[in-house]
Amino acid sequence: AARMFLRLLSDVRWRAAQPKWRGMTSSRRSTSSTAEPASVPLPAEAQVVICGGGIMGTSVAYHLSKMGWKDVVLLEQGRLAAGTTRFSAGIVSTARQLSVELKMADYSNKLYQQLEQETGVSTGYVKAGSISLAQTQDRLISLKRIASSLNVMGIPCEIITPKQVAQLHPLINIHDLVGAMYVPEDALVSSANVSLALATAASRNGVQIHERTSVSHVSIQKGHVTGVETDRGQIKCQYFVNCAGQWAYELGHSGKEPVHIPLHACEHFYLLTHPLKEPLASDLPTIVDPDGRIYIRNWQGGILSGGFEKNPKPLFTEGRNQLEIHNLQEDWDHFEPLLSALLRRMPDLEALQIMQLVNCPESFTPDMRCIMGESPTVRGYFVLAGMNSAGISYGGGAGKYLAEWMVNGYPSENVWPLDLKRFGTLQSSRTFLRHRVMEVMPLMCDLKVPRWDFQTGRQLRTSPLYDRLDAQGARWMEKHGFERVKYFVPPGTDLLDLEQSKTFYKPDWFDIVGSEVKCCKEAVCVIDMSSFTKFEISSTGDEALENLQYFFSNDLDVPVGHVVHTGMLNEKGGYENDCSIARLSKRSFFMISPTDQQVHCWAWLKNRLPDDSNLTLEDVTWKYTALNLIGPRAVDVLSELSYAPMTPEHFPSLFCKEMSVGYANGIRVMSITHTGEPGFVLYIPIEYALHVYNEVMNMGQKYGIRNAGYYALRSLRIEKFFAFWGQDLDAFTTPMECGREFQVKLEKGMEFIGQEALLEQKQNGVYKRFTMFILEDHDTDTDLWPWWGEPIFRNGRYVGKTTSSAYSYTLERHVCLGFVHHFDEKTGEELVVTADFINNGDYVIDIAGQRFQAKAKLYPFSSLFTQRRRKDEEELSGYQRE
Amino acid sequence: FYLTPPQVNSILKANEYSFKVPEFDGKNVSSVLGFDSNQLPANAPIEDRRSAATCLQTRGMLLGVFDGHAGCACAQAVSERLFYYIAVSLLPHETLLEIENAVESGRALLPILQWHKHPNDYFSKEASKLYFNSLRTYWQELIDLNTGETTDVKEALVNAFKRLDNDISLEAQVGDPNSFLNYLVLRVAFSGATACVAHVDGVDLHVANTGDSRAVLGVQEEDGSWSAVNLSYDHNAQNEHEVKRVRMEHPKSEEKNVVKQDRLLGLLMPFRAFGDVKFKWSIDLQKRVIESGPDQLNDNEYTKFIPPNYHTPPYLTAEPEVIHHKLRPQDKFLILATDGLWETMHRQDVARIVGEYLTGVHHQQPIAVGGYKVTLGQMHGLLAERRARISSVFEDQNAATHLIRHAVGNNEFGTVDHDRLSKMLSLPEELARMYRDDITIIVVQFNSHVIGACQNGE
Repeated sequence: AARMFLRLLSDVRWRAAQPKWRGMTSSRRSTSSTAEPASVPLPAEAQVVICGGGIMGTSVAYHLSKMGWKDVVLLEQGRLAAGTTRFSAGIVSTARQLSVELKMADYSNKLYQQLEQETGVSTGYVKAGSISLAQTQDRLISLKRIASSLNVMGIPCEIITPKQVAQLHPLINIHDLVGAMYVPEDALVSSANVSLALATAASRNGVQIHERTSVSHVSIQKGHVTGVETDRGQIKCQYFVNCAGQWAYELGHSGKEPVHIPLHACEHFYLLTHPLKEPLASDLPTIVDPDGRIYIRNWQGGILSGGFEKNPKPLFTEGRNQLEIHNLQEDWDHFEPLLSALLRRMPDLEALQIMQLVNCPESFTPDMRCIMGESPTVRGYFVLAGMNSAGISYGGGAGKYLAEWMVNGYPSENVWPLDLKRFGTLQSSRTFLRHRVMEVMPLMCDLKVPRWDFQTGRQLRTSPLYDRLDAQGARWMEKHGFERVKYFVPPGTDLLDLEQSKTFYKPDWFDIVGSEVKCCKEAVCVIDMSSFTKFEISSTGDEALENLQYFFSNDLDVPVGHVVHTGMLNEKGGYENDCSIARLSKRSFFMISPTDQQVHCWAWLKNRLPDDSNLTLEDVTWKYTALNLIGPRAVDVLSELSYAPMTPEHFPSLFCKEMSVGYANGIRVMSITHTGEPGFVLYIPIEYALHVYNEVMNMGQKYGIRNAGYYALRSLRIEKFFAFWGQDLDAFTTPMECGREFQVKLEKGMEFIGQEALLEQKQNGVYKRFTMFILEDHDTDTDLWPWWGEPIFRNGRYVGKTTSSAYSYTLERHVCLGFVHHFDEKTGEELVVTADFINNGDYVIDIAGQRFQAKAKLYPFSSLFTQRRRKDEEELSGYQRE
Repeated sequence: FYLTPPQVNSILKANEYSFKVPEFDGKNVSSVLGFDSNQLPANAPIEDRRSAATCLQTRGMLLGVFDGHAGCACAQAVSERLFYYIAVSLLPHETLLEIENAVESGRALLPILQWHKHPNDYFSKEASKLYFNSLRTYWQELIDLNTGETTDVKEALVNAFKRLDNDISLEAQVGDPNSFLNYLVLRVAFSGATACVAHVDGVDLHVANTGDSRAVLGVQEEDGSWSAVNLSYDHNAQNEHEVKRVRMEHPKSEEKNVVKQDRLLGLLMPFRAFGDVKFKWSIDLQKRVIESGPDQLNDNEYTKFIPPNYHTPPYLTAEPEVIHHKLRPQDKFLILATDGLWETMHRQDVARIVGEYLTGVHHQQPIAVGGYKVTLGQMHGLLAERRARISSVFEDQNAATHLIRHAVGNNEFGTVDHDRLSKMLSLPEELARMYRDDITIIVVQFNSHVIGACQNGE
């Protein structure tokens, strides 16, 4: 009879009942005492204006005021914590993939725990814990990897059996589980109240909060923020913080100079129920069932359950008014798969009565990571948004890092993975964002396996050779919108399809890459490396040299035609960029940086170069196709094509020369290879690219030339112990810490950024050391492969994490690169790391809980690689980027 | 015994037929876009028939469903012959003369109808000459009667129905020297058939109905929802007017017996039908014809049986009720179907299912919990049904097939349940009739653009 009743409901009654938005609980929606009534006039001036009164805006205000910046105004277009924050599920989860994300979540958890005591505002904080379920072995591996990271961070966490899950939670069906991860200290909060508590504390510290005030645009003069225009007048300010959540994109585009903040909203649904007959305890652990794509937490005696469906519904693509958010409708049909997953996981809930299906839009970013930092084009314009539905988990930590960034000039952690400058204008197309977030949102629950590539928003930037390479079996990955070859599938070879090739073990391309590596070592390979960022800096006088000498640690005053590898360091001596610079003439330089440096490096230089019309900086990335010829026979191919002797006597290593190749003239040939193998990189004006490629391939035939991809390059560079910026190197790593003292010329007779810090390090020693590990008892065929982020243990004690790894086809072993720290056994204080410390230790590397013996090395295996060049020369050419 | 989805589909699709009105010059100037039809047997052999044809000498299209009883002979004959009678009734005097002259002088006949037939829809070759002669007699009479007036469609339909039924009756009385034909005409006359026929010409839609098949118009409301408008009256005991009519036609003394147990004379469900001479002829005539008829007829208990309380024949007529409807742009389709469909589904549901199917937009009303008490389990069940409803649409390329799928497979939630479908379709022949009736459906889709243009032009 009940079923018939439902039918009636659906067919007759519900037709009439259009859902009106109802607040989650009206009682909880209290007017914030911290917010001033709208009638209070806005101040004319402030140091900082924050736009957005959600968890992000209030957290930034809180941390700024704590750090002593009190002249802060926070503007909210509606009411505080009334947007996404209000509807957030309130789960604080530390189970994160990236270590910076993990640290943010851990900090947030600790902050929220004491917030009620600090502010007197009830936050509903309960240390309920969380259980992440695994329905498959692969899922369990990924949980074990996270568990390893959490444990070394000091966050309690254990892998438990299905039976233990059942003991921790009374309602769970465990029949399809293979295991789970239990994080007992994960918490639940009322997210709106956390935000109100942060606002309260900020307000007590002097932050002015104005509700019902919307920002129309940000005024910018000479590339600096000067003020904010609102519907209630203007506020002059030096800093603006865009914490507008899903409206951040539009706000960024509202001014004359757009700030591109690539994020896009998707509808997100969760279900609220009435209490169970026997109401659920408020400290019952939160369940995350990624294979079922759902999460389930206790909520007022009932449950709150939502998820990340396979077919997300993006919205506000055309940009909308915030009011729309309140008219979003429940979509039960859309929620059906998640409801099925919920009832499968907790069958006893069948009889539980529904309270509401909440539609709470969340913003997502193109790479599933949040967006923070300063605009590359507008100084003083900061952003914190795009939380990919983890806003509550990140809120505290992200606010803290951004506040540090504003106050100190840099945050206390490496936040490059989250930096706004990892994106450029190319990621801010609405179409791209719409398509990409439809892929990103389901990924929240998908298994994260090594070498994952996004499938949407592809083929945006390509080399002119794209079609040629594709026809020859190229398989592609993408970096900063640029398509790059992973490897070439020989004709007739069948690789697993995409879904099946997701593995934590030996991948199916193993032999393919092996043969490409072999060819690089024995004959010659060609790799298209056009994606690298290329700048030209020139001046009428000596300005170019003078400035570069200041920005770069190596000595750039070299003879014309020489190439210098150098770091672009910050004040602390850390790598902001790692590049190769060729001196084209006395007054012009050609600079090659990693692909994803295009925005960051440009902003770094632009912001520091004097406003001098004699000095020009140009991004010429698009002008050149780069072909890397790697291998002992590269010299033969090139000399035949150019009728010029290319032997080391005539063309020494780290040399650059314009020459003709085939019919094409003006090709910049550099004797660098990015791998340490002998060879050259050809920078070819794009219209010649196809011609030169064809010539090289034709001529190369007799030398056994073949195409190769980045996986081969990666294996080569890692077995040679080459660090790669963005992976091994970051703004917190100095040349001293990775054995690159030789790239620093402390005595070059000119001051340069980071010099002081490096001098100090030289005297006092380093606190971490880049080290190479060879896995000893690891079976490549049957054991889990290392990836990156695996904890390193020395004599049983945690000393650091790996940053990259690859299988070395030469050593026939896995090689991991990573940093070794020296923590005091008693205090945990960081001590100086000496070569002896590294060399006198027994190492194991923890891959998803499995420990493998590793041999640590501070220098590459030079003996293994037959080299014609002298040792010092080898070292010079050796330390290069990928 | 379980049928897989492909097996179910092959059963459901065995008789499906689609016709699209051809476009000229990239334009379809007809108010009809085309039609989908299908039938699903419950009797073996099936007793339902369907017909569709385009009138070639006048404008318009004819579509009809025929539900036979006491055998399929009458329904078969009506399905072959009725449209010719209608077409002839509609023809202007000159055309009739032209045709008669052509026949007279042995010239090729002007084609009158273009049939749209499924390969399983057959015409009996043996009787064609006999049928033709009867038809010719009819048009000769029309020529003689020439009133000079333009033909009224309503009148033409009524005349055609009555004339055909009369011819069926006469042919049976006269008999045929050919023993096969003799038996055939008797079987036609002693069995019966209802008929529901639509004639569409521009915005003029006429539905002539005799019996309990039904025509329903699918109308799309402004909010996109679907409603059903009846374009025929059922001639059975549920129709008060019919009961009254039948009683009025007979003496007061028979009042109780004329309609008994919701049946005519306690026997026949439809109150109007073709054939069924047992309810039309006098007892004498029946006896005489049966006695002189072939042995097979004599052996048949049914034909020999005289209805009780049979005093003032005829009790039954084939005269149709005709409803005229001016098509509007919101009239999207017309469903003609035998009672096999209507006894399983409400016309509103039928209109909605076809409407959603044809527009391809499956307007399921969004569900909102509102203030109702709904459990997760109930909601889960409901959502699963709704999803199944959408997925079943994609299996069908034919609106009539889709409707049959629902008629047979619907569960209490109004969604197709494969298990149920499988069970209903795998019933053994002898049992099938107990669970369902023959179903025959024609869905005619209208061309709103043309209809809108016609309206504006007027």
